[in-house]
Amino acid sequence: MSVSRFWRKIPQRYNLVGTQCTTCGRYFFPPRSLCPDCRRSGKIVDHKFTGEGTVVTYTVIRSASDQFEHTTPYVLAVVELDEGPRLTTQVACTPEEAKIGMRVKSVFRRVAADGESGTIHYGTKFVPVE
Amino acid sequence: MRDVAVIGVGCTEFGEHWGTSFRDLFVKAGALALEDAGVTGEKIDALYVGNMSAGRFVEQEHIGALIADYAGLATNHVPSTRVEAACASGGLAFRQAVIAVASGMEDIVVAAGVEKMTDVGTGASVDMLASAADREWEGFAGATFPGLYAMIANDYMHRYPLTREQLAQVAVKNHENGARNPIAQFQNRITVDTVLNSSLVADPLRLFDCSPITDGAAAVVVVPLDRAREFTDSPVRVLASAQASDTIALHDRRDISTMDATVAAGKRAFAQSGLAHKDIDMVEVHDCFTIAEICAIEDLGFCKKGEAGKLTADGVTALNGDIPVNTSGGLKACGHPVGATGIKQIYEIVSQLRGEAGARQVDAEIGMAHNVGGTGATVVVHILGA
Repeated sequence: MSVSRFWRKIPQRYNLVGTQCTTCGRYFFPPRSLCPDCRRSGKIVDHKFTGEGTVVTYTVIRSASDQFEHTTPYVLAVVELDEGPRLTTQVACTPEEAKIGMRVKSVFRRVAADGESGTIHYGTKFVPVE
Repeated sequence: MRDVAVIGVGCTEFGEHWGTSFRDLFVKAGALALEDAGVTGEKIDALYVGNMSAGRFVEQEHIGALIADYAGLATNHVPSTRVEAACASGGLAFRQAVIAVASGMEDIVVAAGVEKMTDVGTGASVDMLASAADREWEGFAGATFPGLYAMIANDYMHRYPLTREQLAQVAVKNHENGARNPIAQFQNRITVDTVLNSSLVADPLRLFDCSPITDGAAAVVVVPLDRAREFTDSPVRVLASAQASDTIALHDRRDISTMDATVAAGKRAFAQSGLAHKDIDMVEVHDCFTIAEICAIEDLGFCKKGEAGKLTADGVTALNGDIPVNTSGGLKACGHPVGATGIKQIYEIVSQLRGEAGARQVDAEIGMAHNVGGTGATVVVHILGA
């Protein structure tokens, strides 16, 4: 991912800041600038999520793209935040620990790097909650 | 709107064509289709070319012009358009051709699909295929394409009684069909053990749950139905052409294990054609992964949610079953050159309806094609009748 494309989303990637449509109350992460329900009559504002959620489904990636190959195997999951929206994320746990329905919370982690001299991408991963 | 018919089809062998270029693959398929249709190049009014990612696989964009040029049609100034919807690019190119003819705008139109995937390494192709999903919010987190379908499989198996063995039966059945298809990439039969002993790609999906990286091209010629007999004694009618969208990211779906775009496109296709499920004699579904075929059978309405695994294990979807699914070998065994797959499905249905499918021939008068882009963000469904 190019520096500008990553840099543009730093607030969302570093702090789990999404959006909310105050017209209908629905929360969005990844953030949306247009509410798919209210469309142009919706009013979108930023919203910082608490970062707690539940694993909806997951997998263990054994064969990855070049950028992630050195981190295999890793747990990839769809997590539903307590406020409602879902996102795709890595869960920092062993393949054996991962299960559907497990409670997780967000943490700040290194996600990937663009080659040897490229940008290091930091962002949100999740860890199991005791 | 005018009724539309397919009058000719052509397809290259699917596989690793290291000695053949992107453009040569297309030219071969196009020439076969024109020869089959009995049409000469100067009669062609328009070209639609399905291609997912030549820009990244072979670093060539402007595919419409390239294809028209090397098909010998550039100096005729034929309008040529590239159509892109990830792995649904081919099905969508066919739909654009059908729309062009149905509208009365064009008369003789070639719809084609082509992809050359083996010029790059596996890690690079994994990354390119991941671009069919949401790059910023799925790919960024390390999602691969098999990984996304694996999450569908885990969600499905958590909620429905699908066993790992039943899932493997999808691949076993499709290899059985591929073994009877001379253009298939894999013409070897496999067993459930072959699947279960293959390496894990993304749990629970193993190597033999996944369609391969493939080079290939396919082309078909469509004309108004009332002109079809000028060219052939066995035109195949287009009875329905439907398309639907859904969210680009899997995490935003209403239901992870149901492709709502397949449900919507399937319903539209049945409504357009006035046909019911019992009228469909064979289906080519988008089995990029074994779980995708399970979901497709259910989402198209051929059985209830949760029942496709048992249906497959019971042989209902086999060549001699009630509803043969993926007689070509599907994406799994026939191969999956992403932009070409949707056209190859039309090629297979036309071959079957004309009674030219050889060792994999089934008794069919009406066939359905189901082509998926991404994890279900675009779905194209066609119904064809002899």
